[in-house]
Amino acid sequence: MTTAAPLIEVEKLEAWYGKRRILNGVDFSVHAGEIRVIMGGSGSGKSTLLRHMLGLNRPLSGTVKLFGIDLAAASDREKLDVRKRIGVSFQGGALLTSMTVGDNVALPLRELTNLDEQTIRIMSRIKLEVVNLGGFQDLMPGQLSGGMIKRAALARAIVMDPRLLFFDEPSAGLDPVVSAELDELILRLRDALRMTIVVVTHELESAFKIADTITVLDQGDVLMTGTTAEVRAADNERIQDLLNRRPREIQVDADDYLRRLVGTSA
Amino acid sequence: MEALTGPLAKIGRGAVGALSGMGYAAMLLVESLYLAVWGWRLGQPLRLRAVFEQMRQVGVDALPIVCLLAFTVGIMLGIQFISALGEFGAQSQVVVAVAKSVTREFGALITAILVAGRSGSALAARIGSMTVSQEVDALAVIGINPVRYLVAPALIAMLIMLPLLTVFADAVAIFGAALYSAPALDVTPTAYMLQSMSLLDPGDIGQGLAKSAVFALLITLIGVSTGFSVSGGAEGVGRATTRAVVLSICWIIVADMIFSFFLNR
Repeated sequence: MTTAAPLIEVEKLEAWYGKRRILNGVDFSVHAGEIRVIMGGSGSGKSTLLRHMLGLNRPLSGTVKLFGIDLAAASDREKLDVRKRIGVSFQGGALLTSMTVGDNVALPLRELTNLDEQTIRIMSRIKLEVVNLGGFQDLMPGQLSGGMIKRAALARAIVMDPRLLFFDEPSAGLDPVVSAELDELILRLRDALRMTIVVVTHELESAFKIADTITVLDQGDVLMTGTTAEVRAADNERIQDLLNRRPREIQVDADDYLRRLVGTSA
Repeated sequence: MEALTGPLAKIGRGAVGALSGMGYAAMLLVESLYLAVWGWRLGQPLRLRAVFEQMRQVGVDALPIVCLLAFTVGIMLGIQFISALGEFGAQSQVVVAVAKSVTREFGALITAILVAGRSGSALAARIGSMTVSQEVDALAVIGINPVRYLVAPALIAMLIMLPLLTVFADAVAIFGAALYSAPALDVTPTAYMLQSMSLLDPGDIGQGLAKSAVFALLITLIGVSTGFSVSGGAEGVGRATTRAVVLSICWIIVADMIFSFFLNR
């Protein structure tokens, strides 16, 4: 166990959508060099947790610190410094459809650095090579397959050489072969570029393949954080349900249902 | 009881929603102007290339349709004024009537309505689809302020191009009126145009320009705030686009009425 300060520290984070509570005081930390997978079923709160870690949602209660900086209290300049040190690969890629793949990858360099155009082109082509998309820089995002879009998004995410890389559902919508290729790529990135990686996924196979540690979320609570072996051996019923793909039992009270249907308190 | 409170609650929710929308648009205005001026100090410089690109889309690309519409409106005004003023034997006043009504009113109004339909809807659709596909989120996490990147260039471009388009529309509309009216007034179109120019004072042109600047703000802010508020996928983008055009045109007409009231008393 490392003693260095964690890159990500989430403390007592609560999140609400309207009257619905999504995160119930989540505590969570990630140290340098690890691949942390945040796993959970639909509605477990993992995407909300990710949005808070990225600073896209402001916590109503609790704190989220990246590199020791509280995103909610940080100045614009501090936030920009944090953002230059992180990369994000969104579920759908989120490439800007109005520009080519090459321009998408070069975008952070063009907007956030003073590098000359030739250097920017070289750097973005190198990153495209890293994700096996060399030669595709002149295509538009609409001309790429699902797997290629995710790899192009990954090239954009790593173009600034971030220390911390986030993936939102990297395997979603991909066939098993392409998904496995992406998993290999994530592992290669950690080893070659020494990045700390956080992956949000509900794909069990992918999670256990790439994770050093796994955090299991369920209905806004962290059920456990541990190594893959520890998670497999957990005696928590919900974790075992998740691992064995057993659906949660839905209990329907017929009287309550009828009351809500007809809108009476009788 | 619910029959009474239901509509009231609906009106209340609508009022709160409208106020919150106006507040959001005002916040976008302040932030984009702030970033346009001071963005370079925060590592968020306004890119002139983006402004020029928006100026081309908003202004240059709109020239043909503005020209056609302004020309048509000019001819229509010529027809109406010759007919209406002729009834009082005041046909000679057609030149001043057309010149003043075009520069003070119709030039700015027609141009703004056209740009709202063309560029306001395009802004709402572009930002709406970027919001839905997480492109706006991607910009934010990359460290590119979406307001600086998407709103500020559009706002600056609109503030420059809409007044320019309005002056262009004024000239074309008066030219259209000249072509129709000159024979009826027994003057040449050139003489008609020269007389129009001599009858106009800077205040007439200034009134149209001031209006067009306000219309530019309205079109941009309604377009971008509607775009950023999109939810519900492609259908939501479609709804937002329609909403942006309808709201823009409504606000343009209301603002025009307020302007006319205060400037022509």
